[in-house]
Amino acid sequence: MIASSAISSSTIADVRELRAYYSTSIFNVQRTVRAVDDISLQIHEGEVYGIAGESGCGKSTLLKVLLGMVTPPLAVVNGSVHYRVEGRDVDVLALSDEERRAMRWKVVSYIPQGSMHVLNPVRRIRDTFRDFIAAHKPPWASKSDEHVNEYLAELGLPQRVLGAYPHQLSGGMRQRVTIALATILLPRLVLADEPTTALDVVVQRGVIQLLQDIRARMNSTLVLVTHDMGVHANLADRVMVLYAGQVMEEADTTTLFEQPLHPYTQYLIQSLPKIDDRAERVSIPGRPPSLDNPPTGCRFHPRCPYAMDVCKTTVPQLQEVRPGHRVACHLVTPPPTGAERHAVAV
Amino acid sequence: MQQLSGVLRVTRDLYRSSPSFRTGATILAILLAMGVLSLVSPYGPDDRRVVPVDRPPSLQYFFGTTSLGQDVFWLTTYAIRNSLFVAGLAVVIGRSIAVMLGSFSGYVGGAIDRVISGFTDSFIVIPRLPLLILISFMIRGSLNMLGLAVLLGLLDWAWPSKRYRSQVLTLREEDFTKTATFAGMGTLKIILREHLPFLIPFLLADAVSGFLFAIGMEVTLSVLGLSDLGSPTIGTMIYWAGYYQALLTRRFWWLVAPIVTSVLLVVAMYLLSISLGNYLDPRTRLKVLAARSTA
Amino acid sequence: MGFLKSYALPRLLQWAVVIAVGTTVTFTIPRLLPTDPVEQTLRRVSTSLLDPRAIETFRATLTDLYGLQGTPLEQYGRFWARLLKADLGPSLGAFPTPVTQIIRDGLPWTIGLLGSATLISWVLGIVVGTLAAYFPRSKWSQFVGGLLVTVYPVPYFILSLVLVMTFAYYIPLFPLVGGATGSPANLGAYVFSILQHGFLPALSLVLGGAAFRFTIARALASGVIASDAVTYAEVAGLPRRRIIFGYVLRNSLLPQVTDLALSIGALFEGALITEFVFSYPGIGYRLYTAILQSDFNMIMGITIFSIVGIATAALLIDLLYPLFDPRVRYR
Repeated sequence: MIASSAISSSTIADVRELRAYYSTSIFNVQRTVRAVDDISLQIHEGEVYGIAGESGCGKSTLLKVLLGMVTPPLAVVNGSVHYRVEGRDVDVLALSDEERRAMRWKVVSYIPQGSMHVLNPVRRIRDTFRDFIAAHKPPWASKSDEHVNEYLAELGLPQRVLGAYPHQLSGGMRQRVTIALATILLPRLVLADEPTTALDVVVQRGVIQLLQDIRARMNSTLVLVTHDMGVHANLADRVMVLYAGQVMEEADTTTLFEQPLHPYTQYLIQSLPKIDDRAERVSIPGRPPSLDNPPTGCRFHPRCPYAMDVCKTTVPQLQEVRPGHRVACHLVTPPPTGAERHAVAV
Repeated sequence: MQQLSGVLRVTRDLYRSSPSFRTGATILAILLAMGVLSLVSPYGPDDRRVVPVDRPPSLQYFFGTTSLGQDVFWLTTYAIRNSLFVAGLAVVIGRSIAVMLGSFSGYVGGAIDRVISGFTDSFIVIPRLPLLILISFMIRGSLNMLGLAVLLGLLDWAWPSKRYRSQVLTLREEDFTKTATFAGMGTLKIILREHLPFLIPFLLADAVSGFLFAIGMEVTLSVLGLSDLGSPTIGTMIYWAGYYQALLTRRFWWLVAPIVTSVLLVVAMYLLSISLGNYLDPRTRLKVLAARSTA
Repeated sequence: MGFLKSYALPRLLQWAVVIAVGTTVTFTIPRLLPTDPVEQTLRRVSTSLLDPRAIETFRATLTDLYGLQGTPLEQYGRFWARLLKADLGPSLGAFPTPVTQIIRDGLPWTIGLLGSATLISWVLGIVVGTLAAYFPRSKWSQFVGGLLVTVYPVPYFILSLVLVMTFAYYIPLFPLVGGATGSPANLGAYVFSILQHGFLPALSLVLGGAAFRFTIARALASGVIASDAVTYAEVAGLPRRRIIFGYVLRNSLLPQVTDLALSIGALFEGALITEFVFSYPGIGYRLYTAILQSDFNMIMGITIFSIVGIATAALLIDLLYPLFDPRVRYR
């Protein structure tokens, strides 16, 4: 794990005040889901940036926006996403469809949740690789088969995988194949959505190993989204805690695990099993809120054991309480008083 | 009462939001009105020679008259009524068998299910038209509207039965079914009380396909001369028009009336079924319910 | 080999069951109905001029021809014996020509019509349906969708009738009846006349069939398009054409092949109806003649043939399915 200090010249992705909502109107009933509601973050080149959160916290939407996959009913209502690619600044949201398509897989690629099902069931693995490579035409495209063979060998995947159909491979193997598929063009930024969920522990280890290998080889940046804090502890350099579409806390991994400031982070960490610890696992009471009608003020207040009155009315601002450690919680950063309070209430 | 207001609300929602529903409902309403009109028809259904023969459409005879001295307009109202009756009854009979057989088979499972399913699957492959022709050929003289409806119903249960069975298979695994079983509810009661409400919306959308089948078969049989040619239906009108060479002698109004009526009828029903199906589709339904609860 | 056993055997069993059930039903129904085909036929023939002994002989002959003598069990046995020898009895209308021969004469016409129409309507329906699913908001896909809503529910009979009225009568572009003119000796003109006569019947089948295919293809394609694999391919920036053909089409094709096996019966019925309207000299037309001539044996024969034929066609399609679906081929 590298010690991180945010130097803007090595920032690869810069997200500011991003709000992305789903708006649907069915049979004259309007509904808006505020999946990403004011998120600002920076991802440093070469790091492993973890995003922790339960399902329904908006992480998939965040990834979609990062990939430039913003199609109705999803729309970006506010904010910006910038990438730093080969020294240039790219405004992801302002790109045309063609430019976005060109950007994907070469600059940023995606390992989806449920990778078992993303491989085309009627084609052999090698044909799927050919499809993906042909779509982006790297300079070595004419020798793509050899390239694929080499790459799989490097990653420790058996050659027989190429001639097989997806249903002939185990879930874990398919997951690793998808990871290889997503990284074969050596993208600068890799977004991995729950890569270890739905796999047994042994296979999980293999997948984590694979991700570490790839990152080391390519010196790329990995954004790892998972609710499994154990994976973050193992892999991530920095972790951001996402809840109901907003950032609750963000710090480098050691700090986050040793000194979590936000009550939600504390719960997430406590739910991790530890060797020798026979205490009862505490699960967080209640459920994540539905994002079309989120709680007022701090969105965590209905489930927070330390909730104060101010938490119900005022949204806590995300502030940097120590270098590299941001938190949005009234416990940590006492709320502004008087007139200022009205200005930040939502 | 609660169900009635529910039905009205659904209709209002659909009417407002779906152009298919609007079109289908309007056309169907007009056709139904015509069917009802047959009750006040100045002529009986098998009256002949009551008006001058072979007159083209005019203000006096809206749709013209036939070679048998019948007013095509009033004949059409009878035809709509009879065709709807035959098709409706056939659907009721067929779907009843399908629901009972399919739900029972799906619910009890095991060997009984396998036997029934195997039997049902065989029936699906068998082409029904030749069988229908064979039967109606043999009892030609004594086949009235009621008999035809029963016959059609008895032939159209296989495919829907399969679908209801698969619905019940999913329902069976739901918690509320298990609760009912533990509470000691008998199989039949479970099927009727717990599962039926879920099947009903599905039934409605599926009933239309039964309608289309029945109407199509009735027309085919009648034109082949195999049904009760004395009663006016869409099919028999075409038969008699053919018999009297309406096509070759340019008395096209006799043919156009039943043809246009049948097309309007089937299209209207189809539009209703797809708009209803979309509305009742669990995916859209959940979204609507969720939206309503937070609004 | 293992695959053959696990896949082929159940299907063969199903085929046998269908034929057994279907033919038994066909056998049973006339014997359950109150009317007696022998009496029906006798009534049609003017018997008042014949002396009673001749009528008796006639009745006996008819009973034998219709396979109605002896106890039901004996009848059933004899029925199957003849069936296994492919003997469906003689046709009454064209006595003593065997039913099987008349069917054989009509078969090429029906197969030609059905085969070509099925092929065209399938390709058309699937391609257009898949594209409409991929571009749901485009003007033309909505237009085609609307057009097909009007065609799909219309009964085959009405569809054929409208076509014959419009294009063979009012705008006499095509011949009204028949399958061909001239003889095969004059090959070019003969082939052309086949196409000319066959065009409208094929068109009516294609319209109805394509409408049905379109609806199903569009629904299936929509499902595949929403699937993880296609979404991923889109995220990865694969070109549209690749996605449509390599992913959507191929994956939505599979359930349609099984569907073909099930719907072949309906297609066949459509062909029969079309032949009625156009007097197209296939099996449907023979059936129509049989009805007019009250030819009981012919009707029975065609019914049985239809059951066997459709069941066999469905079996063949089912057996070909593994060629399309690697998941069945490699277990």
